[in-house]
Amino acid sequence: MLLYILKRLVYVTPVAFGVSVVCFLLVHLAPGDPLSAVLPADATQATIDEMRAAYGFDKPLPVQYAIWLWHVLHGDLGISIATGRPVLGEVSRAVVNSLILASVATVIGFTFGTLFGFVAGYHRNSLADRAASALSVFGVSVPHYWLGMVLVIVFSATLGWLPPTGAGPDGSGNWRPDFDHLRYLILPAVTMSVIPMGIIARTVRALVADILSQDFVEALRAKGLDERGVFRHVVRNAAPTALAIMGLQLGYLLGGSILVETVFAWPGTGFLLNAAIFQRDLPLLQGSILVLAMFFVVLNLLVDVMQTALDPRIERA
Amino acid sequence: MTAPVTAASMALDGGLLTADDAAPEGAFVSSRGFWGHVGHRLVRDPVAMGAGAVILLVVIVAILAPWITPMDPYKGSMLRRLKHVGDATYWLGSDELGRDMISRLMLGARLSLFIGVTPVLIAFVIGSGIGILAGYVGGWTNTILMRTIDVFFAFPSVLLAIALSGALGAGIFNSIVSLTFVFVPQIARVAESVTTGIRRRDYIDAAKLSGASALTIMRVQVLGNVVGPIFVYSTSLISVSMILASGLSFLGLGVRPPEPEWGLMLNTLRTAIYVNPVVAALPGVCIFVVSIAFNLFSDGLRAAMEIRQ
Amino acid sequence: MSVIPDGHDPFARDRGGPAQPLLSVSGLYKHFPVRKAGGKKQVVRAVDGVDFDVLKGETLGIVGESGCGKSTTAKLLMGLIERDAGGLLYDGQAVGERAMPWRSYRREVQMVFQDSYASLNPRMTVEQSIAFGPKVNGVPGREAVERARALLARVGLEPRRFAGRYPHEISGGQRQRVNIARALALEPRLVLLDEAVSALDKSVEAQVLNLLLDLKAEFGLTYIFISHDLNVVRFISDRVMVMYLGRVSEIGPSDAVLDAPAHPYTEALMASMPSLDPDNRTAVALLAGDPPNPIDPPSGCRFHPRCPLAEEVCGVTEPPLDGIRPLHRVACLARQPGSGHARAPNPALAA
Repeated sequence: MLLYILKRLVYVTPVAFGVSVVCFLLVHLAPGDPLSAVLPADATQATIDEMRAAYGFDKPLPVQYAIWLWHVLHGDLGISIATGRPVLGEVSRAVVNSLILASVATVIGFTFGTLFGFVAGYHRNSLADRAASALSVFGVSVPHYWLGMVLVIVFSATLGWLPPTGAGPDGSGNWRPDFDHLRYLILPAVTMSVIPMGIIARTVRALVADILSQDFVEALRAKGLDERGVFRHVVRNAAPTALAIMGLQLGYLLGGSILVETVFAWPGTGFLLNAAIFQRDLPLLQGSILVLAMFFVVLNLLVDVMQTALDPRIERA
Repeated sequence: MTAPVTAASMALDGGLLTADDAAPEGAFVSSRGFWGHVGHRLVRDPVAMGAGAVILLVVIVAILAPWITPMDPYKGSMLRRLKHVGDATYWLGSDELGRDMISRLMLGARLSLFIGVTPVLIAFVIGSGIGILAGYVGGWTNTILMRTIDVFFAFPSVLLAIALSGALGAGIFNSIVSLTFVFVPQIARVAESVTTGIRRRDYIDAAKLSGASALTIMRVQVLGNVVGPIFVYSTSLISVSMILASGLSFLGLGVRPPEPEWGLMLNTLRTAIYVNPVVAALPGVCIFVVSIAFNLFSDGLRAAMEIRQ
Repeated sequence: MSVIPDGHDPFARDRGGPAQPLLSVSGLYKHFPVRKAGGKKQVVRAVDGVDFDVLKGETLGIVGESGCGKSTTAKLLMGLIERDAGGLLYDGQAVGERAMPWRSYRREVQMVFQDSYASLNPRMTVEQSIAFGPKVNGVPGREAVERARALLARVGLEPRRFAGRYPHEISGGQRQRVNIARALALEPRLVLLDEAVSALDKSVEAQVLNLLLDLKAEFGLTYIFISHDLNVVRFISDRVMVMYLGRVSEIGPSDAVLDAPAHPYTEALMASMPSLDPDNRTAVALLAGDPPNPIDPPSGCRFHPRCPLAEEVCGVTEPPLDGIRPLHRVACLARQPGSGHARAPNPALAA
């Protein structure tokens, strides 16, 4: 097992490396001078050169990359051009908020998704199955940012039950797990939960239906095992894949939260990214993308290892 | 030791041919062929056909839009802002600049469909090429190609799309480029996996034994078997692409005003949700409907393609 | 006579005459590396030194249990996998060299696979599959299709009914006939049949075997017939080769090998075939000991742990494949004069 983990780590390293290269290159794809956001329009050439040297933009690209990577590995993601504060600090705060949102959304999505998936898988072609299928198609087809808007319209604008934007009553940048803040979490989390709910429902349905159709289930029933026991067997067989998908969805939500966070002005990484793009705050952009991508890579690795640990059929060699 | 192979002895084979397969005099029996079978089954699937009809309708509207809009989609009037649905002049209301919603939605279909479908089309060609090559050749070529693809897989697609768009800047062309980058790895991975599954089949070995070159085998034997699954997978990506593309415009990264595009319209109408929520939600309804239609059609296509043994 | 009506005579391609073997295999080796969890590099010795000849116009049967290397041998002979070492001579010419490149070899030697469904492209019609080989080798499309239809008729499938069919629309026996037709489309002289009838129902198997015999007589073919079914091999083969753990243990005329086996392994194989006679039940399994492991074969004679005749010398010396009678060779110390085995015949008495 340990050997497998080691192998996966070795495998992931070049990928992580590649990710860092892509992150670095992304901002250099940007047309226009990276410093144009900071410099006043009438800056002299001397000032421009000075600034460039200060930020290290005058060196050749591979050298810039090496320097940047060196800093990153030491925990220094640079200084945000817009706010002047260290990028790492900004991103960490935002990541916590996004994690909270993504986690809650994933849990909601997973819970309801597996529920519907199980019901559908057990009762193939019944009304419940069709409803579950419809729900999962809905989940993957709906533009979630639009859904967010609709929920805001219904629950905020019309009914006034829940706040439309923000993470807290005082416009705070941090979410705290108390009742006041809970209200702000509901709409964004529900909105985001729809995507994993659809995918998980669909997957679990297929898994359960497939497991139930296998011979060993018939054998169990023939031996006299009650339905509860059969259910336990089904769960044990479906669990590795279902949990793997849940893990992947968490990663996906974490990275893809920008749209929902924009709708709800949730102070997470997505929101930060949005700001960074429009202010052309390149260090911040670079830093946030890198952190998010790395989260995703690590999460994928964890999911991989967990799936191998849980599923005895997968070869460990 | 030898026995003649007669029709009687052949009957013991227990052929699977049915009564209606008897050959009329002189004619050669020909089967429907693979795609013929798929079409035959698809036509009998009501959900898929319904979805297909919706898609067709939207495409027709999109193509004819410049000529069939009831009013000028660009002409606004500050006096007639945000009329509600059911208004005498503006049946689906008017937007925040007083432009007719029906006209803008119709014209918006053009751009929304275009930036949604085009990246998938391009990614289909590029991704299939990479994936089939990697899958068939195997070895180091495969490893290098797939590891490179994996790097892009390390990014959640939304993040990659937005990061690329953000870097490249706003605009239709840039959106299409960044979305293509998002889908090529996904399609390539499916293509490689399908091709690898086929590569080890006996009939590929048999084809090699006939002395055919690798390229010929790829073209004649492999392609026909892999294109189907890859194509179906790609159609399932169209709805994702449309949502992402509109999402980009929603963030201000895609289409620029005053061009009508459903995602962009959602963005500009956001401020109106307190005043005219229904109109503000309309563009999203369009995205939703088209997206569901593509998904249902793609599901129907996949179901029709399963070979019954 | 050619497989194709009005085709040229395949015997015109003959070079060495009847005395020269059509195929001559010497010192064939193929080891597959295996990665074990412990990190140790180990090897599966699938084919570990195989020599045999295939004479013109004969059917050579190759038998052995799973893991003995017969399928790997087939793939090596066809060039589907690369051999680690060993010589391959086709009608006197080295295969892969300038005089007989693989491309030319492939037009003379063809193969029929075991899985009739997996050997046919599910997206191509029967006639397209058969015509593919000729087309790729320069036969114009129209002619290739004509050839395909003629072959279909020859294997007993009415072209009008079958030419446009897809593999999933016909039965297993019919598919295997298609596979045979496809193998013949390139007018080979040697056909390798790798468990070609193993997956068929018994009645269908009989028909296909008879078809194979017909075709062989009509077109002057030579067969290598690989099977695990001793009855089938006896029916169709002129000579039989028995393989065990990657090596040849016995080779000779089928009557001699199967009715009067010289090698203890062959004897055990024949005896372990269940008899249909209720008075003649197999009471005790003759093959004792653990089934063989091709990664770590026993020292000396590979069969010695399970052999009823085994002695100390058997665990030390690997027996060579030597002739004990004309055309009958055995790799067993107990049969070779002067080998040191207690039962070995006296060299002075050997004829």
